[in-house]
Amino acid sequence: MKLFGHRLPDMSSLILWGLLWEIVGRLGVTFFIPPLSAVFVTLIEIIGTPAFLKALGETAYAFSVGVLAAVVIGVPTGIMMGKSRLLDELLLPWVNIFLSAPLTALVPVLMVLFGFGMKSIIITTALFAIWIIILNARAGVMQINRSLVEMARCFGASPLDAFAKVYFWAALPEILSGVRIGVIRAVKGVIIGQLLISIVGFGALFELYSANFLMTHFWAVLIVLFAMAFSISELLAYLERRVSYYAAKR
Amino acid sequence: MSQISLASRQAAKPAAEIAVRTRDVSKNYGSVEALKKLSLDFPRGQLTSLLGPSGCGKTTLLKIIAGLIPPTSGEVEVNGKTVTGPGPDRAFVFQDFALLPWATVLRNVAFGLELRGVAQSEREDIAAKYIRDVGLAGFETSYPHQLSGGMRQRVGLARALSVDAEVLLMDEPFSAVDEQTRRKFQEDLLTLVANENKTFIFVTHSIEEAVYVSDQIAILLPRPSRVSEVIRPTGIREKGTENIRRDPEYLDTVDRIWASLRSYVE
Ligand SMILES: Nc1ncnc2c1ncn2[C@@H]1O[C@H](COP(=O)(O)OP(=O)(O)OP(=O)(O)O)[C@@H](O)[C@H]1O
Ligand SMILES: [Mg+2]
Repeated sequence: MKLFGHRLPDMSSLILWGLLWEIVGRLGVTFFIPPLSAVFVTLIEIIGTPAFLKALGETAYAFSVGVLAAVVIGVPTGIMMGKSRLLDELLLPWVNIFLSAPLTALVPVLMVLFGFGMKSIIITTALFAIWIIILNARAGVMQINRSLVEMARCFGASPLDAFAKVYFWAALPEILSGVRIGVIRAVKGVIIGQLLISIVGFGALFELYSANFLMTHFWAVLIVLFAMAFSISELLAYLERRVSYYAAKR
Repeated sequence: MSQISLASRQAAKPAAEIAVRTRDVSKNYGSVEALKKLSLDFPRGQLTSLLGPSGCGKTTLLKIIAGLIPPTSGEVEVNGKTVTGPGPDRAFVFQDFALLPWATVLRNVAFGLELRGVAQSEREDIAAKYIRDVGLAGFETSYPHQLSGGMRQRVGLARALSVDAEVLLMDEPFSAVDEQTRRKFQEDLLTLVANENKTFIFVTHSIEEAVYVSDQIAILLPRPSRVSEVIRPTGIREKGTENIRRDPEYLDTVDRIWASLRSYVE
């Protein structure tokens, strides 16, 4: 964005929206929107409290285990689907169904199957993330240049070598963008899990604050959550740019 | 290259044994008949060119010999053993280079050795030597997308040379290099054929190139492909690299091949 010929840093438009929020908050239009400054004051107040740190820990744990599981299972599954017609025809319909399914509706089933604890929350998180990761890894493998595969075979690559040294790298740009979108979906998954399955982590805080109309607290936690999701997504976008030098030239 | 080595090479050749033999090889892609009962012998230590119109199945034949695709019928023998898949006795130079876009020139050239489990420092030494040989010294840390087409082709060439295979399958290896480099490579190739007891199978579109570098030229007919003629330009080599292109036999051979190919072009 440019203003009076000066290049403004990225996302400086956020300042504008922040100002608007502040004004609306001060006008007292609705209790639902307190002034942004008040939200930040609350944010600083609660950020070191044991309750907040506990919520952060619980959320981060469920989130990272869920995402890790989705990546560790999703990437190889997607690569295998891209390589094998049979596996692809078996699994693709399911992947597509789950990708577009309203997964929230499945959460009660998960509760029955896996109980009301952390396990169900982790599985919910993984379920939100995994399908797009599988699909992207698959797409990455399918666009691989045939002669790269032939080259690897010709020079005696074992199946494991071909997987680790050719397929994985050839699909890496797509894999990373799948993981990035998967991570964003996982944020959704972990909060939905914490609200529906057992009231822990940030889910518990949301519940507590909104039930007691503590709107500044509510917004403060939401901002923390958004900031975290945004940073992770930006980190992955950075990694994506690191491989873009060959992404367009495969 | 000295004239003596050329002459002695020529003299040593007559009763060469057969390194690669294809017997009645046919290949169908669905309803497309690419090759039909193609039989051809490739003598050890010699360079055989496959010459024929585009789409006649030259790449297909090379890939069958490499063991990358199975023939529909017939068989290929390398050193008397039937080919069932790729093997370390054969190396391939790909028509479209097939370089790893995420790897540097050095790693690309060393990739064949890497897959064979050669230790990193050793394989990089070998790769560096061949990178110098193909004239890419200084580009070891470049990535393929930073190179021109001709330079990429040379990376593919260096990779095939560095695994030290007995049989080199080269699919139009000089097609993307400029004319000067091409001539230099043709000379280098002659030196290589003379000095190493390797069997070269060389695909080209250029009649002049085929006559210049080959011990034996197989002319393929358009689809379904068979060998229409095998030409052995015998007397040319003694003339030395400088004089070959002015040699009457060289010019006659070029004309003769052109005469038999032109009917398919028209
Ligand atoms: N994977 C494939 N599937 C279907 N048809 C194929 C396939 N590969 C090759 N063909 C067909 O087989 C024929 C021979 O192809 P090939 O690539 O061997 O020709 P070529 O002699 O190498 O041609 P060029 O000189 O243009 O490289 C062509 O007509 C092509 O259409
Ligand atoms: Mg070809």
